Amino acid sequence: MVASGPFDFDLCSRNAYLESKGVKPPRLTKTGTTIVGLIFKDGVVLGADTRSTSDTTVADKNCEKIHFIAPNIYCCGAGTAADTENVTGMVSSALELHRYATDRESRVVTAMTMLKSHLFRYQGHVSAALVLGGVDLRGPHLFTVYPHGSTDSLPYATMGSGSLNAMAVFEEGYKEGLDRMGAVKLVARAIRSGIFNDLGSGSNVDVCVITRGKVDYMRNYEYLMDKTVARETPVVYPPGTAPVLKEKRWKINSTRPSEAAAGGSAEAMDVS
Amino acid sequence: MLPVPTSHSPALGPGCAGPSLAYASASTRSDIAPPSAQQPCCGSEPFMVDPSAAAGLGLRRHTDTPYVTGTSVLGITYKDGVMLAADTLGSYGSTKRYKSFERLAKVNDATVLGAGGELSDFQYIQTLLDELATEDYCADDGMQLTPREVYAYLSRVLYNRRNKFDPLWNSLVVGGLEGGVPFLGTVGMIGVHYTDKHIATGFGQMLARPLFRERHRPDMSEEEATELLHDALRVCYYRDKQTTNKFQIAKVTAEGVSVSEAFALETQWGYQAFVNPAANALGTW
Repeated sequence: MVASGPFDFDLCSRNAYLESKGVKPPRLTKTGTTIVGLIFKDGVVLGADTRSTSDTTVADKNCEKIHFIAPNIYCCGAGTAADTENVTGMVSSALELHRYATDRESRVVTAMTMLKSHLFRYQGHVSAALVLGGVDLRGPHLFTVYPHGSTDSLPYATMGSGSLNAMAVFEEGYKEGLDRMGAVKLVARAIRSGIFNDLGSGSNVDVCVITRGKVDYMRNYEYLMDKTVARETPVVYPPGTAPVLKEKRWKINSTRPSEAAAGGSAEAMDVS
Repeated sequence: MLPVPTSHSPALGPGCAGPSLAYASASTRSDIAPPSAQQPCCGSEPFMVDPSAAAGLGLRRHTDTPYVTGTSVLGITYKDGVMLAADTLGSYGSTKRYKSFERLAKVNDATVLGAGGELSDFQYIQTLLDELATEDYCADDGMQLTPREVYAYLSRVLYNRRNKFDPLWNSLVVGGLEGGVPFLGTVGMIGVHYTDKHIATGFGQMLARPLFRERHRPDMSEEEATELLHDALRVCYYRDKQTTNKFQIAKVTAEGVSVSEAFALETQWGYQAFVNPAANALGTW
């Protein structure tokens, strides 16, 4: 996991050369996003919207922005979708190996340190802004990790293009000693604020509640992109709807093709 | 003696400079044809490049960056009228230069104006509106500008200046009672303008608007409206770096306009969870 050697910028000159020759850099799918985290009495609540955008198009109407890191640690990601997916996947795999090596439950600070060292090494070019939350033996933790590698430890945090909208709701509604229902309600309200007031965020609300020994991943906790008109398919017409004018019957030979060809019972498919 | 045009002479258009600003105009230049029946001149020359700039001297500069700035202005309509709110800070870059600058101004008995952005341009706009109010006073017919008229006038001034690439660098909020009905409108520095039941400019767009959309109703009582504004101002103070904890609220009701005294809001900095959040996370802050 820890890279050896100095920073490697070989590909930068190659990219610059290609761009100068007129090769267009690949367009990234960004997650214009609202992601939030909140520490309450017994644990951490993470929330995220589900819209993934590519410039001004919605690329995925119902993507998952809350990523698994460890059984007791989850991470919301904002920024370039490929970067958040891969960086969280990499840290998740590294943490699993670490758990086998140490024979202990993972700690949130371990995930945080792995993420920040990786992101700092790439000097902000890995565009991943993360809200990392989990509960370990020391208690609930909530961290924000910025693309350049800095971190903050906070009781409530928001990231993404809708972060100010969500933070307004947090600043107005945060109280000490929130219980689970109050925390989930506040997180859902904050994500809704991002969804309805920010163009980069939209669709539905995902919520994940992490407590000691238990994770409640509520995918599509609030399903806001319901169609308002429901089409009934398939349409079932009762028999007799269409009046029968004439009736004619044919007898059709109904043996299976393989039986007819082999002249015997059907053989099983050869899958060797 | 040629009459000296005022700053909003109907011949030149609102907010435009007269010949007094070293700009050779038809009234002082002899080579430009005077208006005739075939070629009537409405008083203003067709758009032309400033001669001094065309001569390569480049003496005339236009506003391309603001200096002393104000931050967001918030406004909501409620049962009895309209309330505007703003803090009293004039920032000079990242310095808190003027801590008691009143960014909410009474225009007349039915209208109040709030501004963010370049505060010298706001003072100039106040001068323009004063001239209009003086004309009304001299007419002595008991009529005064309605809030919608002030809003329309300001949108024309700002758009006109933007077309000359010399904008008045402001985000304005006009609030008042238009025939007993609450009116609230905003005009931006490029001339974009709209009216709504609640308005927020600057950072307030991101921080206050979600709260307004959740909680605002046109038939709110004064207490509810004040509480909503206080909550929105508090969030703006927490999360906008260019603010101070010193606010004013301007109220327009049937009784008239009142701009409150400056007040501070209660803020909560002592959450236990913030005391040592990094106790178990060495290296973070």
